[in-house]
Amino acid sequence: MLARLAAKRLLEIRQVFRQSPQASRSFSTALNYHIDSPDNNPDLPWEFSEGNKAKVKEILSHYPSNYKQSAVIPLLDLAQQQHGGWLPVSAMNAVAKVIDVAPIRVYEVSTFYSMFNRSKVGKYHLLVCGTTPCMIRGSREIEDALLKHLGVKRNEVTKDGLFSVGEMECMGCCVNAPMITVADYSNGSEGYTYNYYEDVTPKRVVEIVEMLRRGEKLPPGTQNPHRIKCGPEGGNTTLLSEPKPPSCRDLDAC
Amino acid sequence: MGLGLLASRAMRPLRNSHSSVFLRTIVSKPELQSAESSAAAQAPPEPDLPPRTPVGGARIHFPNPEDAIEVFVDGYPVKIPKGMTVLQACEVAGVDIPRFCYHSRLSIAGNCRMCLVEVEKSPKPVASCAMPALPGMKIKTDTPVAKKAREGVMEFLLMNHPLDCPICDQGGECDLQDQSMAFGSDRGRFTEMKRSVVDKNLGPLVKTVMTRCIQCTRCVRFATEVAGVQDLGMLGRGSGEEIGTYVEKLMTSELSGNVIDICPVGALTSKPFAFKARNWELKGTETIDVTDAVGSNIRIDSRGPEVMRIVPRLNEDINEEWISDKTRFCYDGLKRQRLNDPMIRDADGRFKAVTWRDALAVVAEVALQAKPEEIVGIAGRLSDAESMMALKDLLNRMGSNNVWCEGTGTQPSADLRSGYIMNTTISGLEKADVFLLIGTQPRVEAAMVNARIRKTVRANNAKVAYIGPATDFNYDHQHLGTGPETLTELAEGRHPFCSAISNAKNPVIIVGAGLFEREDKDAIFATVEAIAKKHNVIRPDWNGLNVLLLNAAQAAALDLGLVPESTNSIESAKFVYLMGADDVNLDKLPNDAFVVYQGHHGDRGVYRANIILPASAFSEKEGTYVNTEGCTQQTLPAVPTVGDARDDWKIIRALSEVAGLTLPYDSVGGIRTRIRTVAPNLLNVDEREPATFGPSVKPEVTGKMDTTPFKSAVENFYMTDSITRASKIMAQCSAMLLKK
Ligand code: SF4
Ligand code: FES
Ligand code: FES
Repeated sequence: MLARLAAKRLLEIRQVFRQSPQASRSFSTALNYHIDSPDNNPDLPWEFSEGNKAKVKEILSHYPSNYKQSAVIPLLDLAQQQHGGWLPVSAMNAVAKVIDVAPIRVYEVSTFYSMFNRSKVGKYHLLVCGTTPCMIRGSREIEDALLKHLGVKRNEVTKDGLFSVGEMECMGCCVNAPMITVADYSNGSEGYTYNYYEDVTPKRVVEIVEMLRRGEKLPPGTQNPHRIKCGPEGGNTTLLSEPKPPSCRDLDAC
Repeated sequence: MGLGLLASRAMRPLRNSHSSVFLRTIVSKPELQSAESSAAAQAPPEPDLPPRTPVGGARIHFPNPEDAIEVFVDGYPVKIPKGMTVLQACEVAGVDIPRFCYHSRLSIAGNCRMCLVEVEKSPKPVASCAMPALPGMKIKTDTPVAKKAREGVMEFLLMNHPLDCPICDQGGECDLQDQSMAFGSDRGRFTEMKRSVVDKNLGPLVKTVMTRCIQCTRCVRFATEVAGVQDLGMLGRGSGEEIGTYVEKLMTSELSGNVIDICPVGALTSKPFAFKARNWELKGTETIDVTDAVGSNIRIDSRGPEVMRIVPRLNEDINEEWISDKTRFCYDGLKRQRLNDPMIRDADGRFKAVTWRDALAVVAEVALQAKPEEIVGIAGRLSDAESMMALKDLLNRMGSNNVWCEGTGTQPSADLRSGYIMNTTISGLEKADVFLLIGTQPRVEAAMVNARIRKTVRANNAKVAYIGPATDFNYDHQHLGTGPETLTELAEGRHPFCSAISNAKNPVIIVGAGLFEREDKDAIFATVEAIAKKHNVIRPDWNGLNVLLLNAAQAAALDLGLVPESTNSIESAKFVYLMGADDVNLDKLPNDAFVVYQGHHGDRGVYRANIILPASAFSEKEGTYVNTEGCTQQTLPAVPTVGDARDDWKIIRALSEVAGLTLPYDSVGGIRTRIRTVAPNLLNVDEREPATFGPSVKPEVTGKMDTTPFKSAVENFYMTDSITRASKIMAQCSAMLLKK
C-alpha cells in the first residue's frame, strides 16, 4: 500500500521535472533586463533618420499634445524598422526623449510586447505561429525544418546576418494554418514588409528561405497552389447554385 | 496589519457556527469550499450593531456634508463621503480588508486582487480598493464567497512565491505571511516549477530578492509618485514579469529606504539590516529623529544595547509615514567612534583616559581662572533643550553670556519666533499654490519637507521658484537667480515671477537657515519681508513666510535665547565649552585657549579639544527638541549609554557643583521647571506652538545686502553631523550615490 503510494508520488514528481521549466516561453528576447554590450549600450548615439523624423511628426500629430506618450508604440515600431529589426537601448532612450517620459516607461512597453525585439535579429526575421490551430497542423515541424535548414537555434541569427527564427502567437490566419510571417528589414523602414506565408509545409518554408536569400519576390498568402486565398482546396464546395426564390411567394409578380 | 488582528478577523465568521472552533480553523470544510451551499445553509448574519472602531484610526472628513452617502458593511451602516472606495468604507466600519497593492498614500493600481469582497447584486466579487462606494451598497466581507475568493487569490499569489520564509528578512512582519495565515487556504494545487528572477542592484541601502516579488507595483508607484525618481518599472509580461530598472541603475533618491517598508513581502529589504535580527527579538522605542530639523517620528528597534534599525512612525503633520535615508540608516554611526571615557590631552598631544572626578576638577579649575568675557559656550546641532538650558545657566553663573548654538550664525535674532520657524507648518504646505525657495534646497536640507512640497506640486500643480545655486529638484521648478539681486527685483516688483506670487491664493516663501551665517542676513530678511508684504503672503488666515532650519537643536536654542553677547567672542576666548559642537570654525581661536569637548563622537570638535567629556547620543537619552515648524517633541532612551558616558545636562550639573556654582536642579523635572520660566512652549510635548507676533513689530533694518550669491548649506546630504559622519553606510551612500 505504502509502496504504491510512494511510487505514485514519485511518478508525479518526475512528471513535474520532465517538462523543462521555460521551454514553452515565447519571448522575442528572453531577458527582461539589459546587459551592456559593444553594439547595445546607452552611450551609443541613436537618432531617427531624416526621413523618419517627418514620420515621427506625423505620428505625434495623431495624439493630443498633452498625451504625447500615447505615441510610444508606433514610435518604437518605427525605430525598430529603422534599426534593422531590433531596438537597442539607445533607440528606446531616443523614443523616450521624443515623447517626454522617463526611459523606464518606454522599457516597460518594449519588454511587454514580444514583437519588439531587444536583441539582434536577421534581415529576414521568420516568425512561426505556435498557437493551437497551427500547432495541430504541424507548426513544430515547420520550425524544426527552418532551424535545421538555417543551422540556428530559436532567436539566433545566422552567421551571414540574414535570417533568424522566432515564435509568435496566433496571427489570425488559422484558416490557412500552419503559417509563418516574414518581417523583412533588409530595406530599412521604407522597404519594410511584414508578410504572411500560409499553408506552408516543411519543404515549402525551406524554399521560401532560399528565395528570400536570392532576393526573389514571392507573393504572400497561401502557398497551396490549389487554394485561392482562404477558400477551400480545389475550389468552392457549397452554395454553388443561384439562390432559389421563396416558395411561398412569387417575387417576380410584384 | 498585526497578525493577531488578522487572525481574530479570520475567526470572526466562525462565531455563527455550531461546530468545534478548532476544527474549523484548521480544516477547510466542504461547505466553505462551495459558496452556494453554505450560503444557503447559513442563517442571515445578525448585524453586530454596537459601533465599531475604524481600522488604524481611519478618519473621515466630509468636505461637503451633502455628499455623504450611506453604505452597509456586513449589515452595519456607515456614513462616508462620496468618492471613497469600498475598501475605505470598510475601514471606517472597522473591517480590515486584506490587501497588497493598495496603499493609502499611493495611486490605486488594483492588480493584486487580494481585497475582493462580495457586493450584493454584483455577479462576482469586486476588488474593493478600486471600486467606488455607491449609495446603499451592501458590502459583505465575511461571506463564503469572499472567503473563497481570497483563498483563490492567495493560491495564485503563492504560486510563484518561494517558500524561503526561514531565510527571509521580512519573516515575522510580512504581509504575505500574515495574510496567508489569516485568509489563505492550507493547501494548494500548484505542482509546476516556480519561476526565479535575477536580483537587481539598487544601491547600498535596498537589498533585492526579486524572486519573492508579488508584482504589487507599490515600489514603482512610490518611486514615481513620492520619491520622484522614475527609475523603477514593471518589465516583461505574464509569468516573466519582474520589477527592475532595465538598465543597471542605482536608486538615487533620498527616500529610497521607504520602499523597504511598503514592499509587502521580502523582495525589497534593508541591506544594512540583512540577516542581523528577527523583528520579534527587537524592542521598539518611539522617539524622534535628530539628523535634520524636521524631527521625523521614528521607532528605534534595539536588541540589548545595540540599535538594530530605525523605522518611521506615522505622524500626519510631520513625516506622514516616510523618513529619509539619512534618518533610517545613520544608526550604525551610533556604534562607531564613540567616546567612552573622560580624556585629557597630555603634553605630547595624546589623549589619556582619566576619571570623571579628575576631568571635572580640571575643567572647573581652568574655567574659574578665565575672565568672564573670555568664556564661550557653543551647543552642537544635536543638543537637546535641557542641556542647552543647563549650559546657558552654567555660563551665566560664570559671568559669561557668550553661548550659542552652532548654525545660528553670529548674531541670531531670537526675539521674534516667527523669524525662525516654519509658520505655515509642514502639513500646511499642502494648501499652497506657489512656492518661493530662497537660499534653501529642501531636498538635502529637509527631505521630508521636500516630499511635502513635491506632494503639493503633484496635487495642486503648485509652481516652485528657487533662488540659490543650481541644484537638483525632483519636481518642476523655475530657477530665478542665484543671489540677493533677484530678491531686490522681486521686492521692487520688477521680476516676471512677481505676478505669479501676487496672483497666488496661498503663496509660500521658504528661506533657508543657511542664510543665518551671512553677514548681511538682516538686510536679506528685511527684503524677504518686503516681498512678503508686497504680495500679501502674510494674512490673518494664512502665514506663508517660513524659515527652514537645518539642525535639530536650532529652534530650541533660539527659543531658549542662546544668543551670543558679542560677535567676535571666539577671537578672544580663553575657555571654550563645546557641547557637541563640531562645525564651529575655531581657526581664529587663540592658541592658548582651553577647549572642552563634551560629546558622543570623536568627530571634528575633538581635534582642538584639551579635554573630552563623553556624553550620550539621542538614542540614549530623554531630551526635548523643537522641530522647524515649532513642534516640541521628546526623544526616549532606546539603548543604554556606552562606556562612562553621561547625559549632557548631568555632566554640566556635576561640573557646576565641582566649580562651586551649583545649578539649582538635579533632575530632568527640575530642569524642565527652569525651562518653563524661559520658554514654556518647550513643555507642551507633541504640540506646535505658533509664533504670536508677525514680523510687523520688528525694528527697521539699516544696512544693505551684498551681492555674493547664496551658497548651499548642505554639501553632502548623507553626512551632516557627528553621527552620520561616523556611519559606514552613510559613507557608502556618499561614495556611490553622490558621484556626479
Ligand atoms: S518589489 Fe515589493 S513592492 Fe515592489 S512590486 Fe514587488 S512585492 Fe511589490
Ligand atoms: S493559430 Fe496560427 S494563425 Fe492562428
Ligand atoms: S488591494 Fe485591491 S487589488 Fe490589490
